[in-house]
Amino acid sequence: MTSPASTEFVPPQLSAGPRPAPGPAADEGLARRLRALACTAPLHDLDARKANLAGEYSVYAMAEVALAAIDLVTLNMDFDTGADHEQIVGRLLPRVAAQAPARPTAEHERVARWVLENLINVGSVDRGFRAVYGTFGADGVYTRRDYDFKLIEEVPGYGGGVYLRTTDEAVNVLVGALDTDVTSAQIAAEVKLEILISRGRLADAQLAAEQARYRTVQYAETLRKTLEATRRNVRAVDWLSAVPDMIAEALDHVADRYRHENAILTNIRKARDEAEDQEHKRRAAELVDIVKDCIRRHTQLQSRLLEAGPLFRAEQDRQAFAAPTSYSGIDLYGQLVAPLLPLPVEQATRVTDAFFARGTGLRTPVAVRVGDLVEMLLTPPVEREHLGAEMPEPDLIATPDDSRFSEEQLASAMELLDLEHDAPRRLSGLLADARRRDPDLPYLVALLAVHAASPPVGTAYRQGEERLLFAVDDGTLLDDPEFGGADLIVGTALLDAAGMAAARSEAS
Amino acid sequence: MSEHHAEHADAWSEPEPPQTPAASSVTPVTPADAADAARLVSFGLQPKLLPARDAEYAELLRRYREDPAFARLADAVATGLGLVVLEVSPRAGMAVTADEDSVFAVRMGDYARRASTDSADRFLHGLAHLAVAAMAFPRPEDLADDGYIGRLTVNGVDAFVRQACRRLEERAEEQGENTDPASDAPGLEAAWRIYARRSSTGATKDARRLAGSTTGIVGKAVAFLTDSGFLQRTGDDAGGAYRTTARYQLQVRDMAGSAAMAELLELGVVPVSDGSATLLPPPDGDDLELAADAGLPFHA
Repeated sequence: MTSPASTEFVPPQLSAGPRPAPGPAADEGLARRLRALACTAPLHDLDARKANLAGEYSVYAMAEVALAAIDLVTLNMDFDTGADHEQIVGRLLPRVAAQAPARPTAEHERVARWVLENLINVGSVDRGFRAVYGTFGADGVYTRRDYDFKLIEEVPGYGGGVYLRTTDEAVNVLVGALDTDVTSAQIAAEVKLEILISRGRLADAQLAAEQARYRTVQYAETLRKTLEATRRNVRAVDWLSAVPDMIAEALDHVADRYRHENAILTNIRKARDEAEDQEHKRRAAELVDIVKDCIRRHTQLQSRLLEAGPLFRAEQDRQAFAAPTSYSGIDLYGQLVAPLLPLPVEQATRVTDAFFARGTGLRTPVAVRVGDLVEMLLTPPVEREHLGAEMPEPDLIATPDDSRFSEEQLASAMELLDLEHDAPRRLSGLLADARRRDPDLPYLVALLAVHAASPPVGTAYRQGEERLLFAVDDGTLLDDPEFGGADLIVGTALLDAAGMAAARSEAS
Repeated sequence: MSEHHAEHADAWSEPEPPQTPAASSVTPVTPADAADAARLVSFGLQPKLLPARDAEYAELLRRYREDPAFARLADAVATGLGLVVLEVSPRAGMAVTADEDSVFAVRMGDYARRASTDSADRFLHGLAHLAVAAMAFPRPEDLADDGYIGRLTVNGVDAFVRQACRRLEERAEEQGENTDPASDAPGLEAAWRIYARRSSTGATKDARRLAGSTTGIVGKAVAFLTDSGFLQRTGDDAGGAYRTTARYQLQVRDMAGSAAMAELLELGVVPVSDGSATLLPPPDGDDLELAADAGLPFHA
């Protein structure tokens, strides 16, 4: 407005007065951004409120712990259930402990629990968050609105357990703004990953791989919901074309992703093995784990998809091929629940009240006699049993020992095979020695010798053993009344335990 | 409400009956008959009692069905107590239910304390009962078929209401509506939002179900219906598995369903059914894109 010329060109309708907002269309975008902003508020709130906790907690970065928690829950979300509460707390502890190593472990745990409970928002009855914002409607009236959201929600799992799941809002807070659909975002992430790996930029590649995994989790979740819905009512789904198409599409997708990710896996493995920089090696190894996890989730998805067909046929048999009834009842869902849900709650309550009043049955009123009442009031309350019912003494039956060889025989055989490292022996000689001790023993010795032909080198290496029994076939035939085959040379190899330990610590 | 009246109508139209009213007019009602009729009604007030398990109950039922005068007497006793007779049969027994202002009626305030003060809780408790019935009898044929036994689980009921809410949310989003409710008019908030907002479960200190969560509310409803003799618990899967009894089918078909429907019609909502399935999965096309867009704050 500094230039006087500009005022001359102002259209006359705008000079009537300043409008409060450019209009509902612009407000729509504003509302979306306000909601996005609101999703981050609980995290900031954690750091703001940590001062109110009894104790000195300012050393902890609560928002960081909260983001890590959302991360953990997202990655641990399985197909059926969610993440286990205790497990999440356990996995958060190292991070919390790293923030304040001098503090006691109990305090670390308290902080982890506090953050997790605040993300669930245990204090409110909805267990969620609410943000209030205002918008201008089409008629220019300013309305305050409530935006309700959750970050981590509790869902029922098998056996009455409670599991945690991150909501879409939380995933979006975590992985940032996403404006594309699952499939294309995933493909983009994977292409990016391949390019990054081919250029050797593993640090970025890891980030991309993790994002690809978030997409995979989100994708699996969508399909789970779709399958669950189709399971409910056979007639409600288009089994002729829509569902088979959907399943075929999803299977194609799984096959495609599987091929793609296996290719990536091969590439990263190569990168891992060829990388000289230790840091690159470690990152590539982590990447291998992430991609393996992606593949595991795809496989899980695929098995679910394959179960869908038989389930449909079984449900169809049950529902569609029954004899029709003579008169029809009310479609409780279609004619009551569905029309009721979009109504304002005030009106909907009238309908549910009517159903409740007539649908709950009857209760016979209790008539109390004063005599009983006095007795009841004077009876001391029953102690609640904390330990539960007494466990019955288990009736144990000793299982008969059906081992082929006894402990003594094993000890005897091991003694025979305890050879000097510089004096290997022929199997024929060992068998002859064994036969002199016990007619059954040669079988055990032969068995052990055959096993020694493929010695468990990997196990011995990991356990840091110093000696290892081995057997070699040099082509000599075994001349024995009971056994045939090669006359193995059985010996003991000395292993470099100290060197192996050093190599192990280096590798890890 | 239908069957025994229909039976009476049949009884009157048969050629023999002339002797029946004559007989009842000849033998006046004795106090013993009245006592027996009241005894039959009192059996009906114990909904978990099965006629097959009690010889006296079975005998009184037989008498009700064979002796119209006795039947009218028992009906009169029930009506006088503020009860409605739904059906009298060997399978359901003397199926009676409370009239709206009878002493036997269940009141929302007695049912759940929070429901009398909190309108959201009041709605949720009512909806839970409606949803349990809808899940127990998913198709109109199921409600009509006397031999049908419905099966449901607590978590299943919760999941199916949640799915319905989710679809409404998607539809609202598609139409570009801003469904976030106005802060100063809670009564105008769409009903589905109340359910969607409430958490489905929650950890408590003593491993019990969180009473205020939706599975807690549904769990309370099924436990209450079990006490009413409407459901039988069959297992602990998915928050508790139940199957329906003949009484529940009668209650929903003849009492609750029509009452709720009348209320809905009074509100000006006319639900039309063409017999096709109504509980649909998400419409195709948005099944895969769903996750990307649902609840995305930055979605353009």
